[in-house]
Formats: sequence, structure tokens, C-alpha cells
Amino acid sequence: MSRREPFYLMSLSCGVVVLAFILLPLVELLTAPSPAMLRETLQDKNVFLAIRLSICTAAAAAGISFIVGTPLAYLLARSHFRGKHLIEAIIDLPIVIPHPVVGIAILGVAGKNHWLGQMLAELGIRIMGSTTGIITVLTFVGIPFYINTLKSGIEAVSPRLENVSRSLGAPMWSTFFRITFPLAWRSVLAGLIMCCARAISEFGAVVVIAYHPMIAPVLIYERYEAYGLNYSQPVAVWLVLVCLTLFLLLRILTLPGKKAA
Amino acid sequence: MIEINGLGVERGEFRLKDINLTIDDGGFFVLMGPTGSGKTVLLEAMAGLVPTSDGNIAIDGRDITRLPPERRSIGIMYQDYALFPHLTVAGNITYGLRYHRHDKKITDKRFRQLVDDLGIRHLLNRRPGTLSGGEMQRTALARALLVEPRVIILDEPLSALDQRFREEIRLLLKQIHATTGITFFMVTHDFSEALTLATGAAIMNSGTIVRTGAIRDIFQRPGSSFVADFVGMKNIFPATFSGTTATLGSLRIEIPHAHHKAGGYIAIRPEDIVISLKPLESSIRNSFAGSINGIVDQGFLYEVYISVKDATFISLVTKGSAVDLGLDIGTAIQVCFKTSAVHIF
Repeated sequence: MSRREPFYLMSLSCGVVVLAFILLPLVELLTAPSPAMLRETLQDKNVFLAIRLSICTAAAAAGISFIVGTPLAYLLARSHFRGKHLIEAIIDLPIVIPHPVVGIAILGVAGKNHWLGQMLAELGIRIMGSTTGIITVLTFVGIPFYINTLKSGIEAVSPRLENVSRSLGAPMWSTFFRITFPLAWRSVLAGLIMCCARAISEFGAVVVIAYHPMIAPVLIYERYEAYGLNYSQPVAVWLVLVCLTLFLLLRILTLPGKKAA
Repeated sequence: MIEINGLGVERGEFRLKDINLTIDDGGFFVLMGPTGSGKTVLLEAMAGLVPTSDGNIAIDGRDITRLPPERRSIGIMYQDYALFPHLTVAGNITYGLRYHRHDKKITDKRFRQLVDDLGIRHLLNRRPGTLSGGEMQRTALARALLVEPRVIILDEPLSALDQRFREEIRLLLKQIHATTGITFFMVTHDFSEALTLATGAAIMNSGTIVRTGAIRDIFQRPGSSFVADFVGMKNIFPATFSGTTATLGSLRIEIPHAHHKAGGYIAIRPEDIVISLKPLESSIRNSFAGSINGIVDQGFLYEVYISVKDATFISLVTKGSAVDLGLDIGTAIQVCFKTSAVHIF
């Protein structure tokens, strides 16, 4: 495409507008607090604990998604069965449901008035106002991203490779671990990043289930409500910086070659 | 011996129906058919990679229909080789060893022998992405052979190769088949490949086997217009039969024996049709006057189309002969073929 073509110029203009739309508030956010204020915020134990909790719960949600989502992603990528589209639609539901609704829905089954909530209570598992509750919510909102990303990655691995592996004597599980998984690992990583990113940004559902212990987005909201913009911005900056570093590191690992096979 | 009895497979809209085959132990069997006829589905069903809906498959009398692929002792080699891209050539070849209990010394010796025989020793540390088509083919073959399966299924192994490699691999396959004694089951849509490699063959069309038997027999007696067309017979005509005569419109053609049906088809290979400028005085019983209505360049040969009353015969003529005879559109020509060259079905 020539750089003088009107279509090229229009695309370029739109690109500039979109980038400005994304970057302007973020740059403003990152540059607003003074270095002294940022240092002071970092020394605040509550901020440190909230960011750590955010990262740990998001990582736990990604871990759970990895364990239970990987077999399901494989099944959806490799099998054709009646009702498959329905299952895929159900998996996508958490993406489209408003966040507070997710919290209320989980509360509905985890509360004392539901048999599941009663059973969990008898087992000593508390959802309301607990880290377990936060992980439950984050897994709920993050798992569709992991499953969908990995499903696409597995679909990109030729089934013929698995067929050959099995014809050489490898059982199905061995074929998965020696062929499919090593060839789809970048998708696994990309899926985990997507899941983590979605989980770490969750606020609406968490605030319904567990205001305390406080994750970073809830702390930022609380500081904003109680003290205003100037007090919430430094916490937000630290959350953005920590997340950005983590995701950049993971993203670099997934960069070379997107197609597995 | 592999026996396939009444096998059926359903895959969406496509169906394999009532497949019956018997493949001798240690034979080189070829499955042929046009694209979309169900060849790959059949071989994947044999290997246990697609579920069957009817019938059974047995090897030496042992029913393997419900066995998982890894317990069938049927190796598979795809047209695109399906080498594991994350493993080296050596890693690919030895991939299946851990699932087979073999003496390590014997396996090592066999590995060395295989890589030497196939000429891939220098490639062992390379990744599949850096190999040529022929090298990938040899690696895939070594991988399938090292675990010593009872049967090796080859899905169009030569079609992705250029002419030079094709000849080379064809010879290699023949040699390996002769030395290993493993039953080879090859899928192809190239009849000339089958002629040079196979002992037995089957021809598929639209999910069914339409002809099976010895390869020369199929070539000589196709049995149906589809098979005749598939094996390269060009002069296929509907005809009515009476005694040892076939009537084709106003043409009466002498046939080698009386046919059991009143109607059917006759076919004559283009290379069995002799053309001359004058009637020949010979033992040839079928000789008709006609005129050339088309000449098609086929590389070393010309395909000459000759109108004889209601039919158009095709004959293959060398370019030198065409020049000597002065063949051109409209040239009056004599079409001759022996009674034994007429195939009836």
C-alpha cells in the first residue's frame, strides 16, 4: 500500500487516535504522582499486601484454569460432538455477563441458603470475604480466556502428528504430553497471560464477594472514595507497573513463532 | 493376513460402505481411487484413528477392530510425512521405541542399519524444518520401520515429491519391502506407481471398493467403465453382444469370447490400436477405415483421435511415426486392433 493512498492515510489517522485514546489516560496516570509520593506509597504495607494479593490470586486462578481448562480445551479442539457449540457458548458466558452479576451469581450458590454453600461451609471452606472467594471469582472470569486461547493453539497442531505418535505405540496421554503440549506451549503461556490479565483487572465481582482481604483494584477504589484521586493514583501506578513488567516478561517468551505446527 | 469384512465408517456426510479386502502377509497392496473416494478414511480406520460403524478388521485371525491405534501394530506414514517438528531426526526415528520392549543392543544395531540403508546418518541432529522432501520421506520411513510394525500404511508417499526423488523413493520402498517382509499398504491415485510396486490392489470410488485383485489383472480386465477409465483405458464404448461380436452403433467388433450379458462395455487401450494408411494384410480381425479428427501432443507421443462411423478411437503414436505417416486432421486412416485387445465388461 502506497503511503500517499487516502486509505493508508485514513488508517494511519485512526491508528493515531486509538493509540492516543489508550495512552493519554495511562500516561497521565503514570506521570501524575511525584517520585516521593510513589516511594511513600510503596512503603505503605496495605498497598504492598493488596498488590501481592492481586498477583497471587490471579496466578492461582491461572493455575486452576491450567489444570481444569487444559483437558477441556483439548476436548473442544479435537472432538466434534452434538452440543459442542452450546458448551463453547457456556464457556464464553463469563466474558459477557456484567461483573457485579458474576459476584451475585457466585454468592447465590456459595451462600448459606444454597446446598453447595452449606456443603462448603461444612468442609470449612469460606467463600464470602476470603482469599478462596477471590480466587473463585477470578477463575470464573479468567478461565474462558485460557480455554479459548489454548483451544486455538491445539487446533493449530496437526492431528496427523498425534495419529503418527499413536501408530508408533504411544497411548493418548503420552501423545498429549510428548507431542501436543510441547507444540502448543506458547498458546498455553498466552492463555495463562490472558487469564491472569483478566483476573488481575477484576473489580466488580470481587467487591461483591470479598471486599476484604483487599486486592489492589478494591484498595484503589477505596482510596479514591475516601481520599480522592491524588491518593488512589500512586497505588494504581504501582499496580500498572508491576503488571506491565510481569506481562512483558511472559509476552517476550511467547514472541518467536506463533504457529506451533 | 489382514482381513477386512463389511467395514463401514461414517464421517459427517461421507460414508465408507461394505469394505471387504484380504491382504496377504508380506504383500505390497495398493489402494487406488480418485480424490475424495475415501482412501485416507479407510487407512485411518485400519489404523484405528477413526471409529468404524460396521464390520471388522482382523490380522492373522485376531480381531483388532476395537483395539486402540497403539496396540494394532500398524504404522502410518502420511503424504506430508508428519514429522514431529520439535524433535530432531534422531528423536523422530526413535520416538516409538519406549513403547516397545526390545533388547537395547538389537535396537541400536537396527537403528544404525536403518539410518545407513536410508542414507540419513548425516541428518540425525537436524530438525525436520531443515530437510528436503526426500530426506523427510526417508526419516518418516525410518521412524515407522524402527518399531517393526506388522503393517505399514503409506498415504500417497510419492505424490509430494518431484520426479527425481519419486523414482528414488519408489525403488527404496520396493527394496525395503523385499528385505523387511513387512506388509505394505499404500494409497495412491497413480496407476503407474501401483504397477511397479504392488502385488495386489483395490480400486475405490465413492466410499466403496469397486475392483480388487492382482494388479496386472485389474490392468488387463478392469471390469467396469470406471476402473477402465481409472487405469488409463481411453477407448471405452457401450456395446451390445451377440456371440463373439460386439455391436457399437453400426460397427461390428470381433471380441475374444462370448459375453454373458446382452449389453455392457468394451474397452481398448490406446497403445493397442495400430493405425496405417492402407488396410493391413495380417491376422488382425478388427480393421476399420476412418479419418483423423484431432491430434493432441502428449510429450513424446501424439494422441490421435480417429472417427470411425459412430465412434471416435484414440491411438498413441510416436512423433517419429506421425511424421513418417504424414498424419494430419482429415487424413484417411485405417484403425486396427486385435480381438484379444478388446476388454469386455
